[in-house]
Amino acid sequence: MTNTTFGLTMLVVGMGGTLATLWLLTGLLRLLTRMFPVEPKPVKPAGAADHA
Amino acid sequence: MLDAILSGFDGLAAGGRYLLASGGPNVIMLAVAGVMFYLAIAKGVEPLLLLPIAFGCFLANLPLSDLMQEHGVLRTLYDFGIGNELFPLLIFVGIGSMTDFSPLLANPRLLLFGAAGQLGIFFTLLLALALGFTKEEAVSVAMIGACDGPTVIFVSNLFAGLHKIPTAMVGALAVAAYSYMALVPVLQPPIMRLLTTEKERAVKMPATRGRISKTALIAFPLVVTALTGLIAPQGLPLMGMIMLGNFMKVSGVVPRLASASENEIANIATLFLGLAIGGTMNGHDFLKWNTLLVFGLGLIAIVVDTAGGILLGKIWYALSGGKVNPLLGAAGISAYPMAARLVQNEGQRWNKQNHLLMHAMGANTGGQIGSVMAAAIMLSVLKGLGII
Repeated sequence: MTNTTFGLTMLVVGMGGTLATLWLLTGLLRLLTRMFPVEPKPVKPAGAADHA
Repeated sequence: MLDAILSGFDGLAAGGRYLLASGGPNVIMLAVAGVMFYLAIAKGVEPLLLLPIAFGCFLANLPLSDLMQEHGVLRTLYDFGIGNELFPLLIFVGIGSMTDFSPLLANPRLLLFGAAGQLGIFFTLLLALALGFTKEEAVSVAMIGACDGPTVIFVSNLFAGLHKIPTAMVGALAVAAYSYMALVPVLQPPIMRLLTTEKERAVKMPATRGRISKTALIAFPLVVTALTGLIAPQGLPLMGMIMLGNFMKVSGVVPRLASASENEIANIATLFLGLAIGGTMNGHDFLKWNTLLVFGLGLIAIVVDTAGGILLGKIWYALSGGKVNPLLGAAGISAYPMAARLVQNEGQRWNKQNHLLMHAMGANTGGQIGSVMAAAIMLSVLKGLGII
């Protein structure tokens, strides 16, 4: 394999692969944050006293 | 009797004689070690690693030093933790423990900046091949664009272990990588200003979404490891270790292990790694034309990384109707959290009400994942091509 072929293969597969993997990961992370949202803090009823 | 005394004195003078006869390269490297000491101590340039590297270089270049010979202390350290890739991986566990990925989880799209920030790797690879480096050497040099010292050492040492690149080159690559990481605050701002307009730099971005659930934070390292391991198994040691460190931290159940990872383990590994890398910098092997080229190409890699990130930022700015500040792209490299802070400072310089830090932290942690991913994919492609 010539250096030119090697370089272009790495550019296309390497950069393309990195971009594609991170794009896929972006989707998975969005899914993750939707599947496990932050639990809302229980709202105290108005006028309720704090018990320290 | 007199002969014995003279022989004894002769033994004491051997170092000086060697220095005069063939120690020129060693003297130059002792001066290089002196410069590294100066940079680490007086200028604070990556002292944690530069200082032990410089000391290793100092020890290895003293006349008739046998510290890198078989059973020498530096050789023992090298075989114990670099020859088998252990030290860079232990440092990765520490990095994982130190990193907070929640800004990235708050806005996962920022991960794409971490991909664009790796453009320098592939551009430099082409350049290195054109300059006559072998395939393995070119990949090693290009990895400086990962802006991530342990990744550079991991990849280059893999080739050194296969006798595809000279061992001394690992030292040159490590020093170049850490030097440019330290120079990021000097290198990036002019590129940011050159490639963006004042209007773009002043774009104010809304606050990030805020808190992330603990379950999502715990699932994150597992998901990243599983996906990247599936796509690029050759890089699993790198990604696996960084995510192990993060998993221990976010799980909250092993604070002692997380603390040890980011303190004792990372510190010990850094010291030994630095010393052993410095030990490879013997003048006779290190002072080659290629070493200068390595430093030149490394600089280009970092510049193109920054430019790649900013160009993606500009595309994003255009597509979003001017809602995304393109400076964020500069944070898509692995120098964490330095690159994110630079983006924050630069953004505030053009708009005092601009607070880009959390967005930039997201892009910066994306850069960490991106650099490891790029290395992992390159190694897997090399395996696929039958080169390793």
